[in-house]
Amino acid sequence: MATQQSRSAARMMMAPAVILLLAWMLVPLIMTVWFSFRKYLPLRGGDLGFVGFENYSRFISSSSFWPSVQTTLIIVGGVLLITIVFGVILALLLDQPMWGQGVVRILVIAPFFVMPTVSALVWKNMFMDPVNGIFAHLWKFFGAEPVQWLSQESLPSIVMIVSWQWLPFATLILLTAVQSLDSEQLEAAEMDGAPYLKRFWFIVLPHLSRAITIVLLIQTIFLLSIFAEIFVTTGGAFGTKTLTYLIFQRVLESQNVGLGSAGGVYAIILANIIAIFLMRIVGKNLDT
Amino acid sequence: MGRITLKKVQKSFGSTEVIPPLDLEINDGEFVVFVGPSGCGKSTLLRLIAGLEDTSGGTIEIDGVDATGLPPAKRSLAMVFQSYALYPHMSVRKNIAFPMKMAGLPKAEQEKRISQAAAALNLTDYLDRRPGQLSGGQRQRVAIGRAIVREPSAFLFDEPLSNLDAALRVGMRLEISELHKRLDTTMVYVTHDQVEAMTMADKIVVLQAGVIEQVGSPLDLYHTPRNKFVAGFIGSPRMNLIEGAEAAKHNVTTIGIRPEHIAVSGESGDWKGVVGVSEHLGSDTFFHVKIDGFAEPITVRAGGNVDLHYGDTIYLTPQADLIHKFDGGGLRV
Repeated sequence: MATQQSRSAARMMMAPAVILLLAWMLVPLIMTVWFSFRKYLPLRGGDLGFVGFENYSRFISSSSFWPSVQTTLIIVGGVLLITIVFGVILALLLDQPMWGQGVVRILVIAPFFVMPTVSALVWKNMFMDPVNGIFAHLWKFFGAEPVQWLSQESLPSIVMIVSWQWLPFATLILLTAVQSLDSEQLEAAEMDGAPYLKRFWFIVLPHLSRAITIVLLIQTIFLLSIFAEIFVTTGGAFGTKTLTYLIFQRVLESQNVGLGSAGGVYAIILANIIAIFLMRIVGKNLDT
Repeated sequence: MGRITLKKVQKSFGSTEVIPPLDLEINDGEFVVFVGPSGCGKSTLLRLIAGLEDTSGGTIEIDGVDATGLPPAKRSLAMVFQSYALYPHMSVRKNIAFPMKMAGLPKAEQEKRISQAAAALNLTDYLDRRPGQLSGGQRQRVAIGRAIVREPSAFLFDEPLSNLDAALRVGMRLEISELHKRLDTTMVYVTHDQVEAMTMADKIVVLQAGVIEQVGSPLDLYHTPRNKFVAGFIGSPRMNLIEGAEAAKHNVTTIGIRPEHIAVSGESGDWKGVVGVSEHLGSDTFFHVKIDGFAEPITVRAGGNVDLHYGDTIYLTPQADLIHKFDGGGLRV
């Protein structure tokens, strides 16, 4: 039924969805670019006209810009590393037949259902609190001085919180990939004299490469924009200011929409650079 | 070397006994085929020998050494799987090299064996392709190549031809038989196809529900089946098994007569019947004949040019000395 008529009918039917999506994407993007070229201080005079690239040069020359980029990359990289390594291990463990498999799997997925704000608060108050937190009690039990997690080890703490949230996602995707591995391949490798670790390295890991790629790409997109976890724990202090958080501070704390918008455009560029690199490095895995 | 001895080998999954205690001797250089209907435990038996399943009891000896507790890799057996189980992300060369790489063979030796195997299996042009780019028959040959290079003391085949189309299957059957003649290594082959069993085996093991019904050469099984099951399973088309009054004439419960041991005539004979469906193969014609008093139609083989058609009257005469007789327990009399 791919006649001219049915095709144009299909286009008509599709149009509302496409237009809505485009508007959804383009309007905020265009507004961001528009504001990035204007001096716009809502509480100090409002829209004060075009200023050319001044916002861009100010944003990038600020002493907090490069540290924030660095922090962003450390958090994204750290979380990716932890979730993929532990995701693979957990997926392999959960694939083993065991008693109560269904319940255990649901429990493993559970952290993903907790809102970021809530999970960050839970971690902050119940685990990492230097007086009442579980970690503090644990440290004291062994006679050690409790760690002031969010002030002394702020960056690792945030990586830990975010990893805890995203581990279920990685585990889930990797688990389905593990389950799709043909068991005869593993048996063949076993017959061929490959012990467990070699079977993992030569058979399981290559089989998982595509799923790992997907986890990597999807998580990167979401991790570049984490905000709530930082907002409710350190509030951007102690070297945990990411690019997203810096933009938030520029717009809402300094009340400078123009400067924040310029930062937003930088964030888009950074995300695209990372995306291109990722696609180059791992995208070829998706072809085969 | 490749002598495999099973002593009282037994396998249960939970409380269900798949293979009751079973004894079997596989001699060096023999081509042994396990045949039986699906679910008869033949694949399980092969996996027990391979070490991919643990026995629930009994011992497996390979070349006189107790191998019951040995891991699969230490049994010096190579296996070809039904799905071929090639490693999809490796080239054909790497697939074939994998067992040698695991064994830590020097690179030069690996290359030598790969090129030998590739030449023997017509794979030389495909060495740098991925398994996904090969046809079914070629994948099958890669799987065999991967088994050959290990120079095992015995090969295990788990229904290797069941994923191939009919024409290719006949070709691969010949290739595997030729390989056996050339390598002179023990081969254990599992199939549900009795034609494969008859054409390839030195020794056939007929299994049903985990029990060995009969062990013997293809012609032994054809001429003197030990019981009704083997009689019905071996031979194509299958043996006619007749019960009731006709069997009572021979003082037994069941008589069996193969389609090729019945003389066909248009004028006279022992049994008078009506031609049902006839299958013309050119060289042979198979008639399905309905005879009054017989529960099931009788299949007979006639020459290629017998002029009998649907509904015609036909006379059949079984060769008296080739009638198989079975008692109430199904055993041969």
